[in-house]
Amino acid sequence: MSGWSPVNAWLPLIVVGTSLVAAAGIFLLKEHRHGLRTVFNLSAAVIKLGLVIWMALGVLDEVAFETRYVLVDGVSFILRADPLGIMFTGLSSLLWLFTTIYAIGYLEDAPNRSRFFGFFSLCVASTVGIALAGNLFTFFLFYELLTLSTYPLVVHRGTEKAMRAGKVYLAYTLGGGAVLLLGVAGLHALVGEIEFAAGAGLRDLDTALNPVLTLIFVLLVIGLGVKAALLPLHGWLPTAMVAPAPVSALLHAVAVVKAGAFGIVRVVYDVFGIEFTWQLGLLQPLAWLACATILYGSIRALWQTDLKRRLAYSTISQVSYIVLGTALFGPVGTVGGLVHLLHQGLMKITLFFCAGNYAETLGVHRIDELDGTGRRMPATSVAFTLGAFGMIGVPPLAGFVTKWYLGIGALDTGMAWVIAVLVASSLLNAAYFLPILHRIWFRPQRAPWPDEHFRDCRDTHPWLLLPTLATATFSLAAGLLAGMPFSPLYWAEVVVLREYLP
Amino acid sequence: MSGGEALSWLLVVPLLAAIATLLAPGRWRGWGSLAALPLLWLAFTPVLAAFLHQGTLTTPLGGWSPPLGIALIGDGLALGLVGLTLGVFSLCALFAAADPDPEDHSHLWPLAWFLIAALNGIWLSGDVFNLYVGLELLGLAAVGLVALKGSAEALAAAMRYLLAALLGSLAYLIGVALLYAAAGSLALADLAQLDGGDTTVRVALALMAVGLMLKTALFPLHGWLPAAHGGALPAVSALLSALVVKASFIILLRLWLALDADPLAVVAAQAIGLLGAGAVFWGGWMAWRQARLKYLVAYSTVAQIGYLFLFFPLITGTGTDAARLAWDGTLLMLFAHALAKAGMFLAAGNLVRAVGSAQIADLAGVGRFRPLSLLSFGIAGVSIMGLPPSGGFTAKWLLLQSALASGQWPWLIVLMGGGLLSAVYVFKVLRHAFVEGPTRDTFRSPPTAAELAALTLALSSLVLGVAAHGLLALMRPDALSAVLEGAG
Repeated sequence: MSGWSPVNAWLPLIVVGTSLVAAAGIFLLKEHRHGLRTVFNLSAAVIKLGLVIWMALGVLDEVAFETRYVLVDGVSFILRADPLGIMFTGLSSLLWLFTTIYAIGYLEDAPNRSRFFGFFSLCVASTVGIALAGNLFTFFLFYELLTLSTYPLVVHRGTEKAMRAGKVYLAYTLGGGAVLLLGVAGLHALVGEIEFAAGAGLRDLDTALNPVLTLIFVLLVIGLGVKAALLPLHGWLPTAMVAPAPVSALLHAVAVVKAGAFGIVRVVYDVFGIEFTWQLGLLQPLAWLACATILYGSIRALWQTDLKRRLAYSTISQVSYIVLGTALFGPVGTVGGLVHLLHQGLMKITLFFCAGNYAETLGVHRIDELDGTGRRMPATSVAFTLGAFGMIGVPPLAGFVTKWYLGIGALDTGMAWVIAVLVASSLLNAAYFLPILHRIWFRPQRAPWPDEHFRDCRDTHPWLLLPTLATATFSLAAGLLAGMPFSPLYWAEVVVLREYLP
Repeated sequence: MSGGEALSWLLVVPLLAAIATLLAPGRWRGWGSLAALPLLWLAFTPVLAAFLHQGTLTTPLGGWSPPLGIALIGDGLALGLVGLTLGVFSLCALFAAADPDPEDHSHLWPLAWFLIAALNGIWLSGDVFNLYVGLELLGLAAVGLVALKGSAEALAAAMRYLLAALLGSLAYLIGVALLYAAAGSLALADLAQLDGGDTTVRVALALMAVGLMLKTALFPLHGWLPAAHGGALPAVSALLSALVVKASFIILLRLWLALDADPLAVVAAQAIGLLGAGAVFWGGWMAWRQARLKYLVAYSTVAQIGYLFLFFPLITGTGTDAARLAWDGTLLMLFAHALAKAGMFLAAGNLVRAVGSAQIADLAGVGRFRPLSLLSFGIAGVSIMGLPPSGGFTAKWLLLQSALASGQWPWLIVLMGGGLLSAVYVFKVLRHAFVEGPTRDTFRSPPTAAELAALTLALSSLVLGVAAHGLLALMRPDALSAVLEGAG
């Protein structure tokens, strides 16, 4: 399996296309065709995952997968599988499968399911497009498509509150998109088309252009920072928590915020090049911004009484670990940031699944209602505990691996103060997660559950429980087996070795 | 029959169809028109084939060659526009024929066929007087279509439209007369020899430009448009917004390229661009303020027309790159808007029919009952907002690049701000439609054919965003090369 073949030239497009076809099919289905829709959903997810694994194995063998054609003069549409892109694609398609199963269970008998699953598939298509995009223009195309396809999911419930959240969401993301477009268009006007490649040609430009390039960098980071929920552009994320649990789980833990963080990684490494970004003096401010967001998110999380909102602030904090890793000038820090792209996804989706399970099974939304849930829902609670310990960074869980690499990376770069931020953040994580665990396991149930369902299930409905346990297992394995081939850490190291240490 | 002779069939077929539908009894007109559509495509196919084979086609009508006779000229731009006209008209005709409206609107058909004949005439004309005849026929047919509803409101709108159209034609005609006095020819190709700095020519051009801007409804001359486009039947609104306002714009564009550069042209171009910017913001703001769905869509047309007029500052006195990008961007914008707006008007017609009310606030719950119509509206909205992937986005990208290449920063603000403003009004509609509240359960179903016509138009505006390369290459004219040489 090597060299170029026509199939390889189509594969990236096909991988994006599977979800598009699924979306079109689902939109056309009548509302009550529950069974057929499930078949559509699951087969598309499984096919996509299979294709992505195939591509991942090929990428390890250095096979080129690339779709490209000229869109208009001077601009190409490029989808390409490189190690970094495959990493994000793999994460999205794996979690899409589980979230689809979860959403089928979650939305049983709810209205507007065709619409929900149609846009859900469209979101995944956009995320994979973002991951595989081979230049900034293609990236932007899918980045905005993601905004459009998530809006109907945020306002899915159609309540007054959901509509308001949708408005806030749009104001942030469309505004961010406009700023990003200015940056992308400006860069294009300056240097023509730039494909993603390590150490792109920007540093060879006239140094007189440095101020303009700095401005463009700032525009790009602002545009991407909205979705990555960087301070002070994070306001939409907690509000968007009115969406149904699967949406919060996949989109707000994985797809949308990751699209922003992933974009920042691309801009720093594959557009400007890490060395050139360093020369422009932009890495240091980016690291400060990331650290500020890490601490701010954790502190705000402390005061939240609603479980999903606390998790949302935790997301704000955790996603900035990725940005921090990017801003550390050195291979080890990069590994830390990249590996967290996967780790945070696995852990946070588990936590959101659990929050959804508590809400659907017992009607529990607030943290003070969680007392004694461990006895009623032991499996869900174990999963939640694993996710929480992982976030705190307890060895040998996934979060620990991240923090370890980030710390070493910071020392390598001579930014020892980052260690203090990591320690403070871990303490804060513990401070907002441990009380929840205490309530779950060690307090007796206080009052009847607000709204109990599935009384005949030991824990909760299997469609909800199985995905939760699966992602919990994955996040456990990611830490325990970090040294094994194909673990997230392995991939992060492949990316760094292949691309940034030539 | 050579490709050149086939050009005239693009006028003959719609004129014959207009006369035939006029003579036929009312109930036969719709289906008869659908049957005549393939003939129109049949006339177009050899023309297109000949053009791809041998380049620009010319037919002297009646065998008299210019300057004595009049000629039809099928260049890339003209044929692209004929193709657009045929596509939009076919789907609008499908929509109208499927319309179960109990009132008899069968006069729509002869008027619509006259409209198509006039449009094709304008696209294919190579001299300014022919263009005038086309404009006049177009205006009268369009006014007739607006008046079709027969309500007091429709008649008032039609009357205003008639006055604007006549005034515009009059200004244009005076300009034509002055040009003829100066040049002794009416052919666009001969106007290039005129002295751009001559006062007569300047006055002539100014009059023609104002007349054409009035007909295109460029801000602040747009007052007649919202009632005319917002109040008409959905299929009529679609044709008017998608095609009719573009006709006078294309004439202005051709004139601008045909005439030799005048030192004042740069100033004039900037002024026109400013009006375009005014249109983008005023139209967007007014669209957001509307309570009735179709009026919102009509004001959106006012805003989108503004983008087209950015063509003039971007192409006048700028470098080769900027001019080429401006040309591509403007034409793509025109095509994308035509497809998206036609789709949007048809979808709006379906939504209004479904809820039985013209008010946006009454759309609550329609997302659940007519998801396809709402989806079409949303997809068309993507292109109108200039978000990817859509023709509207790719066009905006090209215009942005053109503004950056020529260092004209203010137009960036217009392009970006206009996009955000249009998001505000498009999402206003979607927000109301998504509300799940005290839902009504008396929704009427629009015919499937009508829903599919809207969806097809909307989807094609998306596809245009990723498949525009060939189309743009086809339409890049010799005239542009001349301008570029002048600029370079």
